[in-house]
Parts: sequence; C-alpha cells; structure tokens
Amino acid sequence: MSLWLLLAAALVVAGVVVVALPFLREPAPESDALHEFDAAERERLGAEEERDRALAALKELEADHRAGRVSDDDYRAVVGVLRRDAAEALRALDRLRVETGEGTRKDAAKTA
Amino acid sequence: MAELGRAALIVTLGLAVYALVAGGAAAALGRRRLALSARNALVASFFSTLVATIVLVAGFLRDDFSLAYVAGHSSRELPLPYKISAFWGGQEGSLLLWLLVLTGYSALAVWLARKRARDLVVWVTPVLAGIAIGFTWLLVAVSSPFDTIPAAADGNGLNPSLQNPYMVAHPVFLYLGYVGLAVPFAFAMGALLSGRTDERWIVATRRWTIVAWTALGIGQLLGAHWAYQEVGWGGYYAWDPVENAALMPWLAATAFLHSVMIQEKRGMLRVWNVTLVSLAFCLSLFGTFLTRSGVVSSIHSFTQSAIGPWFLGFIVVAVVFSVTMIWLRLPQLRTSARLESLVSREATFLYNNLLLVALCLTILWGTAWPILSEAVRGESVVVGRPYYDFFLRIFGLPLLLLMGIGPLVAWRRASLRGLVRVFAWPAGIALAVGLVLILLGSGSSIPGLIAYTFAAFVLATIGHEFVRGTTARRALTGESMPTAFGRLIGRNRRRYGGYVVHASIVLLAIGVAGSSAYDSVVEGKLARGQSLSVGDYRLTYRDLTERDGANATEIRAVLDVRRGGDSLGTIKAGKNAYSVEQQVSNEVGIRSDPLTGEDLFVIAEQVNDDGTVFFRIFVKPLVNLIWLAGLVFVLGSLITLWPDAREERRLATRYVPERERADRTATT
Repeated sequence: MSLWLLLAAALVVAGVVVVALPFLREPAPESDALHEFDAAERERLGAEEERDRALAALKELEADHRAGRVSDDDYRAVVGVLRRDAAEALRALDRLRVETGEGTRKDAAKTA
Repeated sequence: MAELGRAALIVTLGLAVYALVAGGAAAALGRRRLALSARNALVASFFSTLVATIVLVAGFLRDDFSLAYVAGHSSRELPLPYKISAFWGGQEGSLLLWLLVLTGYSALAVWLARKRARDLVVWVTPVLAGIAIGFTWLLVAVSSPFDTIPAAADGNGLNPSLQNPYMVAHPVFLYLGYVGLAVPFAFAMGALLSGRTDERWIVATRRWTIVAWTALGIGQLLGAHWAYQEVGWGGYYAWDPVENAALMPWLAATAFLHSVMIQEKRGMLRVWNVTLVSLAFCLSLFGTFLTRSGVVSSIHSFTQSAIGPWFLGFIVVAVVFSVTMIWLRLPQLRTSARLESLVSREATFLYNNLLLVALCLTILWGTAWPILSEAVRGESVVVGRPYYDFFLRIFGLPLLLLMGIGPLVAWRRASLRGLVRVFAWPAGIALAVGLVLILLGSGSSIPGLIAYTFAAFVLATIGHEFVRGTTARRALTGESMPTAFGRLIGRNRRRYGGYVVHASIVLLAIGVAGSSAYDSVVEGKLARGQSLSVGDYRLTYRDLTERDGANATEIRAVLDVRRGGDSLGTIKAGKNAYSVEQQVSNEVGIRSDPLTGEDLFVIAEQVNDDGTVFFRIFVKPLVNLIWLAGLVFVLGSLITLWPDAREERRLATRYVPERERADRTATT
C-alpha cells in the first residue's frame, strides 16, 4: 500500500470521527431535542423586529429632518404615524412579556 | 499522489451526502446531536476539499505530468505564478476551486450563525450540502482533475491569454462572488423550509451578500482590465456571453441589496426578496454553466466538455426547488405593510429594482438567444452589441438618476415642495454641467451628455449629503469638522458606505461614457519613419525589436509619441510567440495620462516580414476612471461591511432565546 493510500485511509477515518463526535461526546444526553424557538419566542421575536423597525424609522426621520433632508411639512406628515407605530410596537412587546411572565423571571434573576 | 486527490474528493462527496441526509432528518425530527453531526460533516468537507486542492497545486508545482490536467495546462517553462493560476485555467480545476470556495463559505457561514440563527442553520446545512453534492459529483464522476496518463516529458502549457497577472486574481474573485451567493440562497431556503420567515435569514446573510457582491464586482473589473490589456481589440467589455454571465447575478444581487432594505425598514417585499436571492444564485450557476460547458462561443470559454447536461440538470433542480419553496410559503411571506406613496424612499427603491431586474433579464435573453435559436431553429443566432447598448441606455440612465434621488427621498411619503428644496442645488449643478458640456462640444453624443449630466447630479447629491450630515452633527455635538465627518460615517456605515459605492458607480458611468461615446480611432499600415495622427497625438513608427522572454519570443514595434509640439516618449506594441503552446498573442501598448484619465491605446494588428506593421490606435478619454471606480467601490464596500459593535449587541440580544437571556442575567 502506498503512502498516498495510507493518507487517504487516514482522511476517511478522520471524517468518520468528526461526524461521530457529537455522539461520542454525549452518548446518553438528558435531552436530544433541538433548541428551537417556541411559538411564544417567535412571537416575541416578531414583536422585537417591529419595535426595532419602528424606532429605527423614527430615529432616521429625526436625523434626516435635522440634516435638512426632510422638510418640516414632510416631517410633520410622517412623524405622528411613526410615533404611533413605535408606541404600538412597545405596547405589544410589553403585553407579550406580561403574558409570558418574563418580567417576573428577570426580577428573580436579578435577586439571585 | 493522484490516489490521495481522488480519495479526498470521494470523502467530500460522502460527507456532503451525509450532511444532506442527516441534516435533513435532524431538521425534520428535531434531533440535536444529528444536526451537530451534519454540521460537522459540512465543515469537514471543506478540509477534505482542501486536501484535494493541495494535491493538485502540488502537482503543478512539481511538474507532475502524469496528471492529465497538469499536463494539459502547464509546462516546465511556465513562470511560477502562472503554474499556480493554471490550477483554475481549465475546467476541472475551476470546478475544484468552486467546490473549495463553496465548502469554505459553507463551513464559515454555519459556524458563524450557529448561535443567532441556530434553528435556521439546521435547515441551511442540508441546502448547502445539496449544492456541494452537485459540484463534487461532477468532479468525482464526470470531470476529474486527478485522471492520470503516462507521464510526458513536458506539458502543453497554459493558454497565452491566461498568462497575465489579472488572470491570477480575476477568476478567484469571480468565484468568490458566484459561490458567495450560495450562502444567502441557502439561508433563504432554510428560512422557507423551516417556516421561520422572520428577518433572521437576512440578518445572518447581510454581510455574506455584500462580500459576494463586492467580490463579483471586483472580479468583473479585473476581467475587464484583463480584456483591455490582453485580448487586444481596444475595449474592456464586449457583451460576451461569459462576461454577461457574471454581470447578471451581480445585477440581481444589487437589486436584492436594495430591496432587502425595504424589508428591514418597512417589513415589505418578502416574496420579492427570496425571489431575487434565488434568481441571483441560479444566475451564478448559469454563469458557471456558460463558462464551463462550451455551449456558447466565447473568448472566455476555454473548454468544450461533457458537463453541460449535468450542469443544466443542476440548474433545473435549483430553479424548481426555489420556486416550489416560495410557492409553498407564500401565505407566510405575505405582509400587511403597503406602499403608501409613489413618491417615497421605498417607491424609488422599487423603481430601482424594476430597472435592475429588467436590465438583468434583457441581458439574459440576449445571452440565451444563441442557445434557444439553435435549439428551436437549428441555427445559432448571436445578439449583437447594439441590442445590449440600447437596453443599457434605456435602463441604465434612469438607474443612474435614481442613485441620486433615492437616498434623499423620505420613507413613506414626500411632498413635491420638500423634494424641490432637497434637490434644488444638485439639479442646478447638474444643469450647469450639462450646459458647459454642450458649449465644449460634448453634444455629439446625446446618451453621453445625459450620462454626464446625471453623473453630475448624483455626485452633487452625494457631496451635499456628506456636507449636510457633517454640519448637522457638528451643530449637535460641537465636534470639530474632521471628527464630525469621521463619526458621521462611523455611526452610519451602511448609509455612507452606500454613498461611496454610488460614487464609484458614477465614476464607472463617466469612464464608460467617455471611453465609448467620445473615443477616436485611426488605423493604417506604417513603414519605419512613417506617422499617424489621432486626436491630439502624432505617432511615428521608429523600430521593430525582438527578444526572448521567460517562455515566449517578444516582438515589439516602437513608436515615438508627440502631443502638440511636446514629445511624450515612446510606446511599444507587438506580439508574443509562445513556443510550447504554439500560439501568438497580441500585446498592446497603453500610455495613460494620470491628469485627464485618458489612454492612448496601440494595437500592432499585423507585423509583416518586411518590417511594416498594421496599427490600430485609439484615444480613450476618461477610461482610467473605470479602474479608479474599482478602488472607490472597494472602499465603499469595506465601510459598509465594517462591523458596528452597537448593532451587533442589539442583534445578539434580539436573537438569544428568552430562557438563555434569563440564565445569563442570573449568572452575572
């Protein structure tokens, strides 16, 4: 058997070991379930995306207005809508937090 | 040694198949260890591909002509840099480079996204593995770089036109771009497969898309410079099918980079975004197919091969898969947000998208027409330059104008009065520039005049933006002008990096318009001592020299150059005769004027035995702005890509599951 074939065999063995590694490290884990976002987490994620989007839009509008890119008329026409969107997104997030009891968990964590 | 290369590719194939099957099963059944194992297989496939790559590179460096691929693309005399670049000088090596970049990108992408988008990565792994299988299969079963032959004393050498420094870098950048588009595609498909159609796939792939798009852009510019210097026809872009093949995915990716901002800011265009990212990836596959299959006649198609049907099948699978996934997830992709006004930032981005996609599809139609006409009528009909130039003007000029308008229009809606106020100065400057150009005689080309006027408008808006932003920041913070300028860019990298990229596109437009709409050309046969005039230049053919280079005989005609009454020195143009390859290449002479950006470009078309030479001589105004645009483009992309720590922290918080956040808070 040539050196190259030996190296090829070593490559195959290395591949198998790397693939088997998670099973070798944890032969009998407590749980083998994937860490996936549950429905509540996904809802929270969506609400946070909405909040970030609304706040970023508001921030950008303020900066554009300050820099003179957006006229006073245009600013007044849009700012109210954006503020409403932002407030609504924050309220939705707060509502979700209350429903999932996150506030209580955070308080407990801080106490600990 | 060939055995090790072959075995490494078989290992890659095995790992990719495992990553596809185990990854798919893990995602469907929710098995954590199986998902990790599939991810490991995908990461390991990079290392086995790297082994195959090292074996092939070693074959070139050791002049191992028992490898058929090395014998076909190298020779003992070939200079070292070209021995390395010969690796991707042929089909098998190119495919191996594709696979190496793909597995490398895949390993890095799933590794980097393992925390923020872990439930997405589980689905991304099998998609990336599926793409890797396609390429590995071609390398293992159809077109192996490790086929052996009885060792010859010397190889056939490398195609002379590939023996150019630009050809060392051009294909690598092009492949970094083509293959890079696989990552956003895989994440988009992963999002559709998992049903997680939130913004995570966009956040996870934002930088990947910009990296791929930048690399594809640089690759094209390097290729254009190569064509300009090496192909010797006096231009840099010929609407060649293979050139178009790289332009199309770049255009689709440009549209995606803009439309994705609308999704981020307004939550709109979700269907459009996954469609665009799929289009960009499928077009990158189509580009590779065109280059490698030899189905169309092109100066860049260096091979005729049997991989065409396989590749076509691969493209069909990718298209059918993407369309099916988008169709199945349509209900989840629909959004309640609507376009509120036709005069708003999102509306201008939408117009930009429509123009980019229209240009892309027009080019696709022209590129595919020879294949379609041959299939239908049995006769290949090639679409000529006028077709492409016409549509470039129709779609390209409004695009240029929108580059100035879009970033300054307010989101949601803008009033006419507000627009007049914002655009008064830039429009005034643009009109003044247009009038001056007419007075200077630039009205000979209407598209050129429009391009210059629009370019002035866009540059004025960009300049105005930087001044306005810096002034506003200075007024707010009391910082010095340079500090305010630096922090303005640092705090808004995407916006101001985008402006710099826009400035580069304007430079490109000015360079293209100048060198194509206002160029001059003259041709003629000269004997020693005779002269030709072109533009302000007068060239006198002085002498013919010959010398032996590293692997070619170099014949050069020497011409004295004068402008007005001043001597500007000499310029040399001629031919290289490659003994091993038995080929002759054109070696053009170029004299660049750094102040005006103009090139004097000399081609020695025919060198006769009696010492006379048939010359073709061009004057190309502003052509060097095209290459300068490349540098500005890279600068803009780097600004955009530079990580923003505050943004990273915000996203890290958003995408960490609630229970883990609570755990972290508890431990701190």
